Amino acid sequence: MRHRRAQTAPARRRTLTGLSPVLESALAGLLGLLVGVVVMTIYGYNPWAAIVALFSGAYGNATGFANALAKATPLLLTALTFAICVRAGMFNIGAEGQLFMGTLAAVAVSLVTLPPGIDQIARLVLAMVVGALWSLVPALLKVTRGVSEVISTIMFNWIAKWLALYLVLNILFDPLRAEKTISIPVSGRLPLLMGKTTLSVGFFVAIAFALVVYFVVWHTVVGYEIRAAGLNPTAAKYGGINSRRTMLLSFTLGGMAAGLAGACYVMGTPPTYGVFAGLPELTNLGFDGMAVAMVGRNHPIGIIFSAIFFGGLNAGGRAMQLHAGVPLDMVRVVNGTIVLAMAIPELIRIFPMVKSGVQRTISSVRPRRGTDSGDTPSDPDSSASRGDATRKKERGA
Amino acid sequence: MNLSYFWMVLILSLHAMVPLVLTAVGEIIGETAGLFNIGLEGILLMSAFTGVLGAQFGGPWVGLLTGMLTGGAISLIFSVITTRFKGSQMIAGIGINLFAIGFVAFGMAARGVSSLPQGKRLFAIQTPLGMGISPIVIVALVVPFIAYFFLKRTRAGLMLKAVGENPEAADVAGIDVLRVRLLATTFGGILAGLAGAYISVSWVGSMTKDISQGRGFIALATVVFSGLNPLLALVGGFIFGFFESLAVWIRNMPALKGIPTQFIAMAPYVVTLLVVAGVIGRVRFPKALGEPYKRE
Repeated sequence: MRHRRAQTAPARRRTLTGLSPVLESALAGLLGLLVGVVVMTIYGYNPWAAIVALFSGAYGNATGFANALAKATPLLLTALTFAICVRAGMFNIGAEGQLFMGTLAAVAVSLVTLPPGIDQIARLVLAMVVGALWSLVPALLKVTRGVSEVISTIMFNWIAKWLALYLVLNILFDPLRAEKTISIPVSGRLPLLMGKTTLSVGFFVAIAFALVVYFVVWHTVVGYEIRAAGLNPTAAKYGGINSRRTMLLSFTLGGMAAGLAGACYVMGTPPTYGVFAGLPELTNLGFDGMAVAMVGRNHPIGIIFSAIFFGGLNAGGRAMQLHAGVPLDMVRVVNGTIVLAMAIPELIRIFPMVKSGVQRTISSVRPRRGTDSGDTPSDPDSSASRGDATRKKERGA
Repeated sequence: MNLSYFWMVLILSLHAMVPLVLTAVGEIIGETAGLFNIGLEGILLMSAFTGVLGAQFGGPWVGLLTGMLTGGAISLIFSVITTRFKGSQMIAGIGINLFAIGFVAFGMAARGVSSLPQGKRLFAIQTPLGMGISPIVIVALVVPFIAYFFLKRTRAGLMLKAVGENPEAADVAGIDVLRVRLLATTFGGILAGLAGAYISVSWVGSMTKDISQGRGFIALATVVFSGLNPLLALVGGFIFGFFESLAVWIRNMPALKGIPTQFIAMAPYVVTLLVVAGVIGRVRFPKALGEPYKRE
């Protein structure tokens, strides 16, 4: 069976060359929703009502869609964090902490007074710098001490979380409402694009950053080196590529994206323009970004579309909570399933595999029936081995 | 610093150690066979949740069993994806973590899970100095020794090692690489499931959305510290457990009252980083760790 699969796979790949990544992402999305439906049914909700509310809430009207784009903004950027590092051959799961730090950096600029225009730019730049610095420490630990970036970035997420909580409650707190940070003044906010929605210029900042990443990683020498080091570290090394440099660079770029994500969120989200203690609005933006990156195939252009899809899930999730009474966290169940499905390479091959699995079971049953009528009663093992033998003969032919 | 104070610190550290040691030993068995599961955090979270549900239904032992089954089931899915389907272990692990965050938050929002009443919580063994010890602490102290014996002294342990170091050679020698990896990871998941259920059913006695608190990743760091030796995992788990209980006992020290609680809460993560950065280089991991096995 393994043999047969090996034969059909290249042929299939040839016919679906351009389309298969898109199909696979779509299939993963469907699987995610399917598991969501099962979980909702188990908990006694009406899954169809929920799904209708979800999608009509996200894509049914202009307001909903604008909110979907607003929700997509930070996800797009944290997805880039993950994607750039995957392209360089590493798993940066620290977008979460880098985003916390970037957000608070953007808020901290309020401690000084700046003229409009410069104020916004100062916030965006500082958030990127702080995000990059927070990301650089794990990268340096990896380069100098060989510490797995998976462990170090997660530890940095937790350190960032506690540091952020400290800053929110002790340094940047709002004198009038101690449970949140100071609100960003009007001069530092990103202009809103549509009334009654949270869509701000931040969305275009994110798109612009994605395009810059695309240009840097796909159309410059540095980007070529990053991708080469990710595809085949040994070959890249023999080609004279300094893998330490590509590691540090990809983490810097990734940290910038995550910091920017936080800044775009806090500078463009009415009505508070601030962060609450406990960071409820920021939590999991970094992790959800990983799902976005995988569905977007770790490519900036793919990520733009996948971020809009996931932004829609999140925006529609609120409608789902409101109209179908299903808790918003359902969306993350769907996200997790999508990522699990995306872990399987060439997901569409699952169907032929399932088919051949069924055929195998049928064919393993049939010969046994045949031999039962014969002179010796055979046990399943021997019939299975006979099946193998006939298959081997087929291969030879 | 009297004896009962020292005793309190010891008991707190032992309790904080349990989930780290159990999870780390399970992961050592999985990593020896070549599978790297970063979904441990999600397994801890899910099994803590199902553990509470099980305990509410049929008492603490049912809760622990439910947790173990949950951990085993999730790991089985993980290992099917990463062995049969040759999926990426990293991405599958990330998927498990995301799924767990969503599933637990969803489940708690849908049906509020309150704290366990005293009768449904696992009993504690009373000690002469006052503080009770959970029976699972003893399990966590014994399991590393059994695992050590299994890995170093049995044929099955050697098979695991062969599969992790050189799957091609193991395959040629007639070992079913995929099945061995599947079994090893599933067993590791059962231990992680016990750890998760222990947190909610025995140690804390209630359930919160973020009850795992990064312990799955600290357990991964413990594995790095141990260099795949279960006995060193016990030592590492105790060190990390000690720093986790720091926050509790530092409250009683007047000299350190000035430090904000948030900085004390950071301590376990900082220490984990420092320890991992310090030991790297002297430990060696299986050659085929993290690589899906594809037969030529």
